[in-house]
Amino acid sequence: MQTLQKLSKIVSTARINSQRRIITSSLAHIPENQIKNDAESQIDKFTKEFNERKIEISDFQRALLAVGSSVSALLDPRRHDMIACLGETTGDQALMQIYEKMMASEEGRQIISEKPRINTKTVNLDELKIMPENTLGYQYWKFLNDNQVTPDSRLDVRFMDDPMLAYVMTRYREVHDLIHTVLGMKTNMLGEVAVKWVEALNTGLPMCYGGAIFGAMRLKTKHRKLYQQYYLPWALKNGRNTKPLMNVYWEKRWQQDIGDIQKELRIELLPPIDLL
Amino acid sequence: MFRKLNLFKIYRTFNKRQLSLSIRCCNNFTEESKDFTHFGFETVKTDEKTEKVHQVFKDVAEKYDLMNDAMSMGIHRLWKDIFLERLYPTLGTKLLDVAGGTGDIAFRYINYINNLNKSNQDAYSKKSSVTILDINQHMLNVGMERAEKLGHISNETLDVEWVCGNAEELPLESDQFTAYTIAFGIRNVTHIDKALREAYRVLKPGGRFMCLEFSHIENNETLQWLYDQYSFQVIPPMGQILANQWQPYQYLVESIRKFPKKLEFKSMIEEAGFKQVTYENLTLGICAIHSGFKL
Repeated sequence: MQTLQKLSKIVSTARINSQRRIITSSLAHIPENQIKNDAESQIDKFTKEFNERKIEISDFQRALLAVGSSVSALLDPRRHDMIACLGETTGDQALMQIYEKMMASEEGRQIISEKPRINTKTVNLDELKIMPENTLGYQYWKFLNDNQVTPDSRLDVRFMDDPMLAYVMTRYREVHDLIHTVLGMKTNMLGEVAVKWVEALNTGLPMCYGGAIFGAMRLKTKHRKLYQQYYLPWALKNGRNTKPLMNVYWEKRWQQDIGDIQKELRIELLPPIDLL
Repeated sequence: MFRKLNLFKIYRTFNKRQLSLSIRCCNNFTEESKDFTHFGFETVKTDEKTEKVHQVFKDVAEKYDLMNDAMSMGIHRLWKDIFLERLYPTLGTKLLDVAGGTGDIAFRYINYINNLNKSNQDAYSKKSSVTILDINQHMLNVGMERAEKLGHISNETLDVEWVCGNAEELPLESDQFTAYTIAFGIRNVTHIDKALREAYRVLKPGGRFMCLEFSHIENNETLQWLYDQYSFQVIPPMGQILANQWQPYQYLVESIRKFPKKLEFKSMIEEAGFKQVTYENLTLGICAIHSGFKL
């Protein structure tokens, strides 16, 4: 609670200071370029891009977006932008907790300071393809290939105030596919709902709970039975036991045996259904 | 850490944005003001404005009609109905509908003329026409699709034409049309005076210029506050949810505020040569119809 208060104070003072700088510069007729350069040298690439794309919203707009995006996403689950919007408008508290957990672990601290991104420019998929079958790298490549998904499809964060929390949200979006891989879940509705449950219990994001509950409502009879009998209990158990998934620096573990990673994170895979 | 709905905060945030943006604008007064113009509350190079507006309408074209209904709660249909009534088309009218985009005004005109033709079968019927012009091909495409679905196409008594062109430089001959309409379009034109002069040029003597546009509420502070809150707090999020677009709707509500007031616009119309220029308020001043004649 104290760290929370300290952090929010730091964030708000930083904001006030930057606003003061803008106002003072325009009054003193200092060319904007000079001010920009001084400030820019202290800002990392992610924060710079984030500041350009950011949209300032008031509390009322935040509430409106949260309600509207949840209704929208319910009516049309293909609206990924609405699910993303819901996450951004409701996720502040949970993201702060994720951030604190990351700062409490060494691997997490590395992620926070280096701010790695996962997309086709930063990850060499061709290299992962030729790795041994038991490695995380190969399994990730296989997952993307089998399910016909790309790491480039993640939307940018726009409706958040704090660049650090925005990075945590971005990281959450970008590692989602890796979480699928390490849990052994496909991208069909059943797999997505199961992963959402694990993520919900692991990260605390309200949007994950929403996705899990309302996504499950859309399951058809056959999948619904499987969900109730096997997937749901499995997901809840893993969600409770698994170590914080956001603390994992996946990019440094491509060569690692995926079974070892699963053991380390206390993940128990769901056995193939016909064996159950 | 729960955020409370705080009306004061909303008001303050709104004003904060205006303050920070007006400071940005101040910095540009050192340059020649004719090289810069407004794009909503932003200041941009005049050469860039047309392109930026083009992008806005490219982004909104698909959901344009849905958003109009949502934002105005269907009232925009009434505004356009009244606009047509004021125009009072007769048989033989040759209408040029500028910034006609998705066709709302043109379709109302076509219905009007077709009805007149029906009830005047014995009378000598003159051929009417409507030319729908828009700078943005995406908007025209949506309009042409709608026209096909609704059956608004040329027949023996009515010509319907779709043209892509710039209101500031109409690709049309002078003295051609008996009526010129522009509904919710002139606000987006970079050089409004040019568009007005072009309107004067292509109209026949006796022709009528009519403009339906968002305007300013007069002498009512409470209503002004409510209107501002709705515009700035509700419309952009609505755009995000319904059309996955925030910026175009932010531009929309800002550009409404930058448009000249009714009297000023009236003088601009008179400067272009029009006579008998009048204006009428709709919905307490939220919209206005300006009208002038080429005499």
